[in-house]
Amino acid sequence: MKKAALVAVLLAGAFLILSMENFSSWGDIESPASRHISRYFIEKSYEDTHTPNFVTAVLADYRGFDTMLETVVVFTAALACFLIVRLPSDVCKPGLFYYRHASTGLVVRRRQACALPDEGGAFERVDSDWPPHDVVVTTTCRMIIPFIQLYALYVLAHGHYSPGGGFQGGVIFAASYVLLAVSHDLRTLVNQLTERFTHLLAAAGVLVYFGTGLLGLAKGANFLDYDAVADIMGVSLASGHSLGILFVETGVAMTVTAALVIIFKLLSSRGAVTEGL
Amino acid sequence: MEDFLTQLTSKYNFWAYIVLMMIGLYAMIAKGNLIKKLMGLGIFQTAIMLFYVAIGSKAGATIPILLDTHSKELIDFADYINPLPHVLMLTAIVVSVATLGVALALVQRIFDVHGTLEEDEILEKIKNP
Repeated sequence: MKKAALVAVLLAGAFLILSMENFSSWGDIESPASRHISRYFIEKSYEDTHTPNFVTAVLADYRGFDTMLETVVVFTAALACFLIVRLPSDVCKPGLFYYRHASTGLVVRRRQACALPDEGGAFERVDSDWPPHDVVVTTTCRMIIPFIQLYALYVLAHGHYSPGGGFQGGVIFAASYVLLAVSHDLRTLVNQLTERFTHLLAAAGVLVYFGTGLLGLAKGANFLDYDAVADIMGVSLASGHSLGILFVETGVAMTVTAALVIIFKLLSSRGAVTEGL
Repeated sequence: MEDFLTQLTSKYNFWAYIVLMMIGLYAMIAKGNLIKKLMGLGIFQTAIMLFYVAIGSKAGATIPILLDTHSKELIDFADYINPLPHVLMLTAIVVSVATLGVALALVQRIFDVHGTLEEDEILEKIKNP
């Protein structure tokens, strides 16, 4: 089996290398990929959209449908992850669970956990497999996280002028929450972003994107035609496209942030979303 | 032979992508462990992404962001690299992370049910439960 796989892979590689003479060489200006529509994107996109970053203009304006459905893919992936691994909250999870009584400091051990008993009340949950956190790590991360989030918003909003946009900003924002979960514990993250909130945020991001598209239909133009945004906001056509791009990028960032946080919460806690990294 | 050597030197980047892609493909076919298969998938995807970004490159061009927005001169398309492959790969990277999450979720469920991640052991357990 392994030998057959090796032969097949080597054969495929050999064929690809033989076909290499048909590829254009490194840095070729006249390569087939650069010959057709990309010339229009580079020469005209600033005129059309007032967005110096061609990548953002192509992503959210010329290829708006593609990006919209990519956002739906990210949303669906988070949903699929939830449906595959999330344990029902009324199922008792076997294992050892520790609870500390807040006023006396006594630790109670239970052999299984059902719904969290009295969260935020007299008993506080203690992780069984994670030692107490270093105060330096916790404090440093608590100080860094707001700046990471601010940078994420900058990357999102500045995507028109520099490398960035909704996908990148969303991923950085989600990374700040992953850092929170890793440096503190998963419960801190779940207290900040409840499951209900992240699910609503993921859906709301897709809705913002579709809603921006529907603005076009409401004004009698095509779906995702940002001329309608210019009309509604009372700005020039190109500035309207720039605004439309910002709207849909915001939707993308919301979905990507929420989807990655959902996936992290589920995978790190093996579906229970009570205890994990 | 001379032809082959000039190709080797002018298109060495494609060699790297093909080698990476074949490593990924081999891992996906031949490895028995599901996590190793996912690693192969990741390597394969990386090779595709590098390939796409490379075909958008232009010698002597800069990143696809307009340098001077006030200039009235016509923009020369040879000054900026092709933005289209970047757009395609930008979304592909995020989608690959999301789909990797789904794959890991499936792997977790498989481990919960069968207690192993080795493909042959899982098949054995399905045949003789």
